[in-house]
Amino acid sequence: MTALPWRARQPRVLRPRVDADATERGIVSGSDWRQRRIRWVMRSLHIVTLLFLLIVGLGPLLWMIKSSVTPTQDTLRAPMALWPHGIDLSQLATAWSRTHIDRYLFNTVVIAFGSWAIQLIVATTAGYALSVLRPRFSGLLTGLVIATIFVPPIVLLVPLYLTVVDVPLIHLRMIDSYWAVWLPAGASAVNVILIKRFFDNLPREIFEAARVDGAGPFRLFRSIVLPMSRPILGVVSVFAVIATWKDYLWPLLVIRNPNLQPLSVRLPTLQPTTDLGVFIAALTISSLIPIALFLLFQRLFLNGGGLSGAIKG
Amino acid sequence: MSTITDAVPATQPVERRRGAIRLTRDGLTTFAFLLPMLAVFGLFAWFPILRALVMSVQETNLVSEPTFVGLDNFARVLADPQFGTAVANTAWFSLLALLFGFPVPIILAVLMSEVRRGRGLYSALAYLPVVVPPVVSVLLWRFFYDASAHGVFNTVLGWIGLGPLPWLQSSASAMPSIVVESTWANAGATVIIYLAALVSVPPELYDAADVDGASIRQKIVNVTLPHIRSVLLLTLMLQLIATAQVFTEPLLFTSGGPNNATLTVLLLIYRYAFQNSLGGDYGMAAALSLMLAAFLAVFTLGYYRLTRAWSTSS
Repeated sequence: MTALPWRARQPRVLRPRVDADATERGIVSGSDWRQRRIRWVMRSLHIVTLLFLLIVGLGPLLWMIKSSVTPTQDTLRAPMALWPHGIDLSQLATAWSRTHIDRYLFNTVVIAFGSWAIQLIVATTAGYALSVLRPRFSGLLTGLVIATIFVPPIVLLVPLYLTVVDVPLIHLRMIDSYWAVWLPAGASAVNVILIKRFFDNLPREIFEAARVDGAGPFRLFRSIVLPMSRPILGVVSVFAVIATWKDYLWPLLVIRNPNLQPLSVRLPTLQPTTDLGVFIAALTISSLIPIALFLLFQRLFLNGGGLSGAIKG
Repeated sequence: MSTITDAVPATQPVERRRGAIRLTRDGLTTFAFLLPMLAVFGLFAWFPILRALVMSVQETNLVSEPTFVGLDNFARVLADPQFGTAVANTAWFSLLALLFGFPVPIILAVLMSEVRRGRGLYSALAYLPVVVPPVVSVLLWRFFYDASAHGVFNTVLGWIGLGPLPWLQSSASAMPSIVVESTWANAGATVIIYLAALVSVPPELYDAADVDGASIRQKIVNVTLPHIRSVLLLTLMLQLIATAQVFTEPLLFTSGGPNNATLTVLLLIYRYAFQNSLGGDYGMAAALSLMLAAFLAVFTLGYYRLTRAWSTSS
């Protein structure tokens, strides 16, 4: 196969400017900025904004981290005091092993991984079929997929539950099986549409060239379309994992066995029987992976225009 | 390498438009690629949507065969005294969420859009609560709302000689407390959307306003806000749709109490279907779900007409 210059041609859908602030201006003009009074007002507004974000936005999380290493009695007596009797790291260890946060965290990871895999398989194959292969009914199918976006999830709750209790045609009971979470997660219209849109924008000449070189549809999918789609696959992956991590109601309904339940479902039931400090330590551990993912992939989240813009197209 | 299943005549020019390219007339290959979507969407999206419609006119439980009961389920929902309470509470939640959750992100985003260095830090701080799992946020905020004098918020109020407030334990303050937590947990996403819209306002518009001698306030009112009007309306609609379906917060904070003061529509659906000692009343749950969906659909349609009217008028 001849070398194709597709790296240079990757569609730049996901790179809107965000740090272009050095070159562009906002409401306040350069000449405004040169006035001492306005400069002073703007600087203080920035500081107030930063303080507000630190206290109101970050504050509750800092309190959680602080209390997870503060002895329970101190937190109960003086919740705002900073370690009156020192730091107690053992609560984190207790939460991890004795409260079995390790097991529930593992369950959450397994559920997230499976949901991620199913979502990617469904969205990439469907996007490829609808965008590149284009069977005769692809317009209708795309419409049916988009239609599900407009159905609020609550409508699905009860019938979906009954479907999982007794899967039609094969009469399978999926309660207490992770498939009951993984498979419905795959029915994400936003994923299919996002990926289809991305595939639509890939240069067709490359597909032609690959076909002339003898690549069949499977080869084209695996060796050309997927490698060219890393940016969008990254976006879908990160959001799939975060969404699964945040999910509560659905796993609560379909995973009944406490040993199989994810963190989000276990935490509320653990609270009454768990020491306060240990429980807050468990909350902290539960937040670590989503926060780490966010810090690692900040650009995906904060260039939010990329995602919403891609949907609106 | 797999074989080409379909040879295209060599005379056909390389297709440059973004139309279909005929890779294969082999329907089987295409079907293989469509299969995961057809199976998953069929079983877990399209079929349940249709089933919801059918269930709403049936008496359904897991024991006996479903029977057709007409509009009986809808009538029973409307006659349920909890229904009125749930609708009023949900409306109250949406209104409060709007009062707290609409102006704060706009002001924050406008202020943040004027930050020239380190805007990334501001955005990250604003967005951080959004990635915390909702269950964790709610359980954490339950400690903040502890009604004793040693609760977190009551301690802070004590410093300035106020309180202690009952927070979640009184019918009057339970819902506002839930809304405050929910605003904290969700506002960051809205801020980021507004920020993207604000950054996309063409600088030439501000330059032109400067030439005309506009003040900063005039620029905000006459340039900035009109430019982000459609984004404001979009988030307003999304927020109303989301708040109409609030569930996790009232369930975990108060389970709908005290005195059903935080019983929302979704919580009522959940009670009908899954917390019924007589076995789930799935028909009633489906009926109420459809009523909520119909309300939201009317809402969405209204939004589209409004934006169309606006885009043609301006």
